[in-house]
Amino acid sequence: MRARVFVTLKPSVFDPQGKTVTDALHTLGYSAVKDVRQGKYFELDIDATCPDEARSLAEEAAEKLLSNPVIESFRIELADGAAV
Amino acid sequence: MKFAVVVFPGSNCDHDAHYAAQHVLGQQAEYIWHKETTLKGADAVILPGGFAHGDYLRTGAIARFSPIMAEVQKFAAAGGPVLGICNGFQVLLEAGLLPGAMLRNRSLKYQCEHVLIKVEQTDTPFTASCAAGQVLRIPIAHGEGNYYAEPEVIARLERNRQVVFRYTNAEGVATDDANPNGSVANIAGLCSEQRNVVGLMPHPERACEMALGSADGLILFESVIKAVTEGVVAAAR
Repeated sequence: MRARVFVTLKPSVFDPQGKTVTDALHTLGYSAVKDVRQGKYFELDIDATCPDEARSLAEEAAEKLLSNPVIESFRIELADGAAV
Repeated sequence: MKFAVVVFPGSNCDHDAHYAAQHVLGQQAEYIWHKETTLKGADAVILPGGFAHGDYLRTGAIARFSPIMAEVQKFAAAGGPVLGICNGFQVLLEAGLLPGAMLRNRSLKYQCEHVLIKVEQTDTPFTASCAAGQVLRIPIAHGEGNYYAEPEVIARLERNRQVVFRYTNAEGVATDDANPNGSVANIAGLCSEQRNVVGLMPHPERACEMALGSADGLILFESVIKAVTEGVVAAAR
């Protein structure tokens, strides 16, 4: 079973990389792009018997290792597209 | 006294720290591979700079799960002096031994230069020999040293006097110009609530001989040697 984990900086945390990408897009003429937040994307291939098991394992992995709760939050999607 | 220098795959200032302890200061020093499960009777632990596990995922994120870190946690909880330098500081943050996290430098550049830091607290084992407000000239070398914590955490750190080092100008004033990476409140280094765990981004071990451009870093090592020798800090074995 496949889980997608999206890790992003919390809204309150300044993102120097996202700011630089925003500036670059403005330089290219995309002035409609108001802001960019850069994050991380993980695909987890999980050996699980049911979606609930896969989801709970992915959540544990995201909390423990994939994200840092001080600065980041995460969102999980299972392969069927159901957001958690 | 005896220093333990923890070596993670990708540490690259382990030899600098070992050299400072053993050759410059004439103390015992031993490398401890991260897979080991004993600190071998050390009186103080150094988590050195470098790029543990290639800085993959986040700086220090994987190193914090190394087997030796359980021993470092125990050693710290028992009052033993622990110093995290640069990547070692990042490991301490990820391990929760110190609060907060590191963001990419606001310049997005890897900053490699000598900076000035002011000693704000002299009641930690690594700053006990410093004068209050002493300004040290010590090099930094990092891409992710932009210290961040929620405002209430910063307030708590200030209230508990846990901000040990701040980036300042030569007069000891924490100006924005003196801040090389965008750290909140110009924070360059912190201590734990118990004050025995200290982390900082600048590299004192690279400033221990005048041939290196500065010997201002020596005082951190001298402080802990004095603290351990005089029994001010617990021998947490």
